[in-house]
Amino acid sequence: MIENVGNDQVLLSKIATSNHHGENSEYFEGWKAYDRDPYHPTNNPNGVIQMGLAENQLCFDLINEWMMQNPQASICTHEGVHRFMDIAIFQDYHGLPEFRRAIAKFMGKVRDERVIFDPNRIVMSGGATGANETIIFCLANPGDVFLIPSPYYPAFYRDLGWRTGVNLVPIPCKSSNNFQITKEALESAYEDALKKDLKVKGLIITNPSNPLGTVLDKGTLRDLVTFINDKRIHLVCDEIYAATVFDPPRFTSVVEVIQDMPGIDRDLIHIIYSLSKDMGLPGFRVGIIYSYNDKVVIAARRMSSFSLVSSQTQHMLAALLSDDAFVNKFLGKSKERLSKRYHHFTGQLANVGIRCLRSNAGLYVWMNLQHLLKEATVEGELKLWKLIINQVKTNMSPGSSFHCSEPGWFRVCFANMDDDTLEKVVKSTPSPINKKRGQMELQLSFTGSDSLSISQLGSLILSPHSPSSESPLVKGRT
Amino acid sequence: MLSKMATGNGHGEESAYFDGWKAYANNPFHPINNPNGVIQMGLAENQLCFDVVKDWILKNPAASICTVEGVDSFQDIALFQDYHGLAEFRKAVARFMEKVRGDRVKFDPDRIVMSGGATGAHELVTFCLADPGDAFLVPAPYYPGFDRDLRWRTGLQIVPVQCHSSNNYEVTRSALEEAYERAQEANIRVKGVLITNPSNPLGTVMDKDTLTSILAFTQEKNIHLVCDEIYGATVFKQPSFISISEIMTNQDCNPDLIHVVYSLSKDLGFPGFRVGIVYSYNDDVVHCARKMSSFGLVSTQTQRLIASMLSDEEFVDRFLAESSQRLAARHSVFTGRLKQVGIPCLASNAGLFVWMDLRHLLKDPTVEAELALWHVIISEVKINVSAGSSFHCSEPGWFRVCIANMDDETMDVALRRIRALAAKKDMPNKAAGKRKCWQTNLQLRLSSRRLDDFMGIPQIGSPHSPMPQSPLVRAT
Repeated sequence: MIENVGNDQVLLSKIATSNHHGENSEYFEGWKAYDRDPYHPTNNPNGVIQMGLAENQLCFDLINEWMMQNPQASICTHEGVHRFMDIAIFQDYHGLPEFRRAIAKFMGKVRDERVIFDPNRIVMSGGATGANETIIFCLANPGDVFLIPSPYYPAFYRDLGWRTGVNLVPIPCKSSNNFQITKEALESAYEDALKKDLKVKGLIITNPSNPLGTVLDKGTLRDLVTFINDKRIHLVCDEIYAATVFDPPRFTSVVEVIQDMPGIDRDLIHIIYSLSKDMGLPGFRVGIIYSYNDKVVIAARRMSSFSLVSSQTQHMLAALLSDDAFVNKFLGKSKERLSKRYHHFTGQLANVGIRCLRSNAGLYVWMNLQHLLKEATVEGELKLWKLIINQVKTNMSPGSSFHCSEPGWFRVCFANMDDDTLEKVVKSTPSPINKKRGQMELQLSFTGSDSLSISQLGSLILSPHSPSSESPLVKGRT
Repeated sequence: MLSKMATGNGHGEESAYFDGWKAYANNPFHPINNPNGVIQMGLAENQLCFDVVKDWILKNPAASICTVEGVDSFQDIALFQDYHGLAEFRKAVARFMEKVRGDRVKFDPDRIVMSGGATGAHELVTFCLADPGDAFLVPAPYYPGFDRDLRWRTGLQIVPVQCHSSNNYEVTRSALEEAYERAQEANIRVKGVLITNPSNPLGTVMDKDTLTSILAFTQEKNIHLVCDEIYGATVFKQPSFISISEIMTNQDCNPDLIHVVYSLSKDLGFPGFRVGIVYSYNDDVVHCARKMSSFGLVSTQTQRLIASMLSDEEFVDRFLAESSQRLAARHSVFTGRLKQVGIPCLASNAGLFVWMDLRHLLKDPTVEAELALWHVIISEVKINVSAGSSFHCSEPGWFRVCIANMDDETMDVALRRIRALAAKKDMPNKAAGKRKCWQTNLQLRLSSRRLDDFMGIPQIGSPHSPMPQSPLVRAT
């Protein structure tokens, strides 16, 4: 007979007392530094600039303009309030039909109408965070594993594994081939997992990639689909950055690829989507699961009861995304502005010898600072990172928090600020740099502004007293 | 190919319950277009005060981020995804909860944690407090959705605490002890007790002694007490609502064991907005729950609207008063007319429903007879009500009837139909011929139902069906 042990009893669950929420990761340290000392152009010009948050702030003018022209999209305006009650009491987990239709149409447009999405397969969830957790709850049992190419989005550790009990097995990708996922790496990770008696239930990919900002080519996608089909495991494709592709090569969705692969079991194919990145609306918590497996659609829809999209938000977005003219304009402008940002930013970085992985999507760049490391280790990377936060006063995300196997890479977000703030980051304001010889740590002292800009960081690299003998200019990396 | 969770029945949707929803969905009442359709009285919604809300909405355009007055905030609100929630939202919800309790207690905004409706809140609390296989004691009859919300993805077990009409369903100390021992003997670790106060489906409030006794029980056993106070503002007459927070202030207890679940779905009538709240007196639970809330945050657009609305104290006072009044009037008319035709209801003073006693109309005091009667109500009387067995009520013959989800005219029609039902004194015999065919259907369904011997009562899943307008898709 079980007895509840008096005061010794652990009050909380195992899940609650574990660290699987992942917040002890370094990924969050930078955020804390920013929270303590946030940059503001007038109130705190020497604060920390946030470049660790993959937000898309570039197109709110278009949305605001549309809102003003379409008051009926809101249930709080004169034009829309007659719908208030119907919307406020609508809690059907199928979601508003017009919402599902609008989302399906939007997803089709993002893929240039090369594929059609069925509104009846659109399932809501609490942001992509909720969507990713829900799909795992549907596909895997506690103790099962999912393969995942690294580097990958840090919060997957929490989203995919915290309450589900499912673990991640990374497929390390290397800079030597631009972090592409190779068949060998895939097979090797799979076989290793089997040797450890782990039950592999699926593969999860993010395409376009976070943190790399690259897209998968058709060949690679076909290989991945063939792989999972052969192994009879699931393929979950997080396509949350689909509309952030701003330069060629164009985005190829897994949906497009399977259209030409009739032998594939579609019950294994699932897509995760959200409006948080493509449209810049993370606060609205619009997560979408789109599965080709009917049983998964049904199960996920039932589970969506735990985190439906607010009907107020569904109603507004249904109107917004049904407006073809708006959507076309938005997608076009968004691409344009992202491209401009990307080229301006990477151009400035290149001028001071800082290289990034060549990319064409996402809201960030994958910056290579390997040559600045004192030691090519995670510790070395984290030391450099703290320096960047404290001296350059910029928060960027260290590659190790993305489980990158090579130290020295950083993800730097460029779409979450206005033009002036970006300028501040890249401006070249000369400032004397003193370095004492023989010191273990690089120390910087300077007059004037008490923070460096990225360009000054670059000057550091070019200085003959730089700790590293190899400069990226010598390496000629793009 | 899928997880056990996805292929199992933990979603609770398989149920003989289907018929009521199918009947309604196939033939929904409409005063003009379909006056002979099925009237929906199985859905605990609060539709009585939308005029008051709409009036406020039009006078406060800045509450919306889509109006001229509010659009300047659009970007900031759209980008805000901090799981702490908007500070003004937390403050406003805390203040609202205080007002609902007549300002007899204070709520700390920093303990307010968001979740995906009360559905999400219950699951969230369970994930924080219990491991798979652990159990909560839950007084029965209870809301059918708990079977899914508390158990499906968490692996929790529910051990019902049987309550009886003979003493107005009081949750007695001995009933709690009995349930606790039953669990112990089955080697099940009890982690907590979950009460819903005001009660769904009973519509009653717990008195001070009962709450004190339940609290003492949990404290002695060192187990959690989760109080779902989702119907807090639906109390429309004396005795007044006493919340667990109030009981706590009057006695020594370990606050780490006490947690409140709340939502705006019933008190305000906004189930679509998915505003669930977890309020725990345990700091570790607040921190953990807040991290978990990432899976089900409230849309910031909605946070903003609610923050504005509920910070308007004058509006809140007016709303609470009107709501109370209108619920009282509805309740009085409905129970009065039922009484006239010899149908008693449990004496109640809260909730959006009444607990109707049709035991005298049952052929036998069995679940089968109850379901047979229910079929008659749906197909002949053309009203969808909820059978007591779906709430795990141990005594057949009780039905929950929702009274706040329709206008006065529809209520009139419903009452006329119920009067007709009451007139069928020999109805069970009259329906004998028809009953045979229902019985066949019924038997098919009963055999596919899970019978949980341990529980000692038939397990009927939550009243959910995959059809639009059905409770499968919404909380009842």
